[in-house]
Amino acid sequence: MNAELGQIALILALCLAVSQAVFGLVGAARGWGNWMAVTRPATVGQAGFVALAFLMLVSAFLANDFSVQYVATNSNSQLPTLYRVAAVWGAHEGSMLLWAMILALWSGAVALLSRSLPQGFACRVLGVLGIISAGILLFILLTSNPFSRILPAPFDGNDLNPLLQDPALAMHPPILYTGYVGFAVAFAFACAAMIEGRLDQTWARWTRPWTIVAWLFLTTGITLGSWWAYYELGWGGWWMWDPVENASFMPWLAGTALIHSLAATEKRGLYRSWTLLLALFTFSLSLLGTFLVRSGIIVSVHAFASDPLRGVFILGLLATFILGALTLYAMRAGQLRSSAGFELWSRESFLLFNNVLLIIAASLILLGTLYPLLLALLELGTISVGPPYFQLVFLVPVIPLLGLLIVGMHSAWKRARIAPLKQRLVGIVVAAVIAAVLLSLLFAGRMRTMVLVGLFLAIATMLSALSIPFDSLRRRLPVPRGVVGMAVAHFGVGMFALGATVASAYQSERDVSLAIGQSANVAGYDFKLTDMRMVEGPNYVAREAEVIISDAKGRVVATLHPQKRTYRVQQNPMTEAGIDVTWQRDLFVALGDNLGEGVWSLRLQYKPLIRYLWLGALFMALGGIIAATDRRYRTAGAREATGETVPERA
Amino acid sequence: MKARFLIPAASVAVLFGFFWYALKGGNYDPQLIDSPLINRAAPGFSTVRLGDPNQPLGLQQYLGKPFVVNFWGTWCAGCRQEHPELLAIAHETRIPIIGIDWKDDHAAAANWLAELGNPFQAVGIDDDGKIAIDWGVYGAPETFLVDAQGRVIHKQVGPMTLDVWRKEFAARLPAGAVK
Repeated sequence: MNAELGQIALILALCLAVSQAVFGLVGAARGWGNWMAVTRPATVGQAGFVALAFLMLVSAFLANDFSVQYVATNSNSQLPTLYRVAAVWGAHEGSMLLWAMILALWSGAVALLSRSLPQGFACRVLGVLGIISAGILLFILLTSNPFSRILPAPFDGNDLNPLLQDPALAMHPPILYTGYVGFAVAFAFACAAMIEGRLDQTWARWTRPWTIVAWLFLTTGITLGSWWAYYELGWGGWWMWDPVENASFMPWLAGTALIHSLAATEKRGLYRSWTLLLALFTFSLSLLGTFLVRSGIIVSVHAFASDPLRGVFILGLLATFILGALTLYAMRAGQLRSSAGFELWSRESFLLFNNVLLIIAASLILLGTLYPLLLALLELGTISVGPPYFQLVFLVPVIPLLGLLIVGMHSAWKRARIAPLKQRLVGIVVAAVIAAVLLSLLFAGRMRTMVLVGLFLAIATMLSALSIPFDSLRRRLPVPRGVVGMAVAHFGVGMFALGATVASAYQSERDVSLAIGQSANVAGYDFKLTDMRMVEGPNYVAREAEVIISDAKGRVVATLHPQKRTYRVQQNPMTEAGIDVTWQRDLFVALGDNLGEGVWSLRLQYKPLIRYLWLGALFMALGGIIAATDRRYRTAGAREATGETVPERA
Repeated sequence: MKARFLIPAASVAVLFGFFWYALKGGNYDPQLIDSPLINRAAPGFSTVRLGDPNQPLGLQQYLGKPFVVNFWGTWCAGCRQEHPELLAIAHETRIPIIGIDWKDDHAAAANWLAELGNPFQAVGIDDDGKIAIDWGVYGAPETFLVDAQGRVIHKQVGPMTLDVWRKEFAARLPAGAVK
């Protein structure tokens, strides 16, 4: 019964999404107040019904209703409750429903929090969001229905992929999607501005907090995914340049460019058509990413082709949304000339370089991601353009990006005023060079040029970011939240660069085979295998090793219990690494195979400063939270309503 | 409306047109991006064996009889996919398969071969990717067939299969050389 209720709720949500689009867009175009008045309730109603459908699917999972095909394929009666909920988004149909629900919730939030916007503008934004919702809901109902029944119902389900049975990964898709899908709001704001033919600084101020919030969710989601890959995949890597990861990283890069270009548009009215284009592309990349991943098109072209309706439908949707918006852009962008001037060393220039470099990075990754796909679609076989390509091409834009960031944070709007800052910058550079040399001597006793460059850029970025709020405090000047957020986020960028540089340059790892009682040495730590036993989990059995680690002086620093699990239903082996964490390093032990005669293969790793990488990413997100709650966004609406700022016609 | 503002829409339209064409199964000719190396002398290389830096490995050692060169890496999903097929091919033929471990972690590569089995008569390392550049490799995996005269006579972009081996590789060699 629940499945049928969910199905009906989904159909009603589709009807409401269509009304949201029609009443919003037509009402605003004709200026019909009574039509516009319907838009907000339709949006909130749509959100309610999609959420209801989602809850019905959750309840089918919780009740182990294996007569629902999707539940039977992705769950099992032995599956712990938490993972039964996470299994909802464990495969295609449920993920699409989650996507639709998050879009509906974002739309609902816009409907409720947009009372201060001009009514026509708000209705156009909601109308555009309604078109996207309607397309996705139609896609779910016609090609990917999670509520289909199966007759006769199987006695038990096929279980959730064991890789996904992990708390970090259970949380990963909802957070990631909140980020991805949140860029739809910026997209809708851009479309509404183009329909009205009006894009000014107030527009940028409305758009910016929504974009920052979406961006910070995406940042957190990607971080969780990376952390999960590190401890769950068993080989200690934190980024694989896998197509699925790239699909989330490209919108992140474009979104990062967008929040910076929005700053220039908000403060100075500059780069309007560029900002618009970025808003369109950021969401387009999110759409492309979601569908490349969700359709399985990258992993296996044939899964995509096996359901031709699904593939063609996806392509049609993408084409409608993206080409529609870009055509509108082609018609309107010419009217958005901005006349403000600026000098070479001004903040405007730095933001421009930032945008150019971020977009270069995103394009290179897009190229590397699509290239194997294009070959595969041409039936030339599956190939990998792996980490060798991405690691190299990513460094090319990122090194100058950090270099510019160190100086650019201190630049002023409009005018070049680098000279008074020279002293501070020289101090930062000197301190960073000394710290970089000391750190590299501390970790390895030797220096390598690229590592030194990385360390220098990382430390200088952190110092530069710190110096801004501290300098204002010292001079007893007020520090606005926007500036604090900026400093915190850029400090995070530096921390991330520090962790990534040190962890990749100074890690060491060994694959060893040990019998109980034997030990091996990695980076001055002694790893001793002391015990092997079988343990039982709720839905798996595991072989568990005990490894005692002692340092050079013979002191025991940790006792780890890495596991090799076999999940009962799908019988796949899974590695559960044992990790000991301190501020300076991770010690990582993954259990391999039984090599016979009581000998086990183990992978031992020493990863210095690797935590700083994820911590840095979280600092970026934290900076986003601080900046998005700046007072000017909270009071902006009130000023607009009293007509204090008169919107200019572009 | 200015023409330059149409550029984004036009480029995205081209990309989608391409997806559409591919989805609808256009009869594209894969020979179009075949290697310019075909029917030319195989590019020379000299490197060392995986796991044994004192053992040199070079093209010269294999000239005179047909052999196969396979570019792979542990970072490559397609390589894992083709690995069992390579083992089957190695089992079926006596033509040597030379693996080139492309820009890879040596320990991980040795582990991979120990775990999944070793179809290669020898594995050379290509840490800086120079061999792959000389051979014009698009991406991993990629497999070349060199005949007794030292000419590249065929290449496969993407995973090898036993079927491809029989129809595209073995068929190009004199029958006596294969088994």
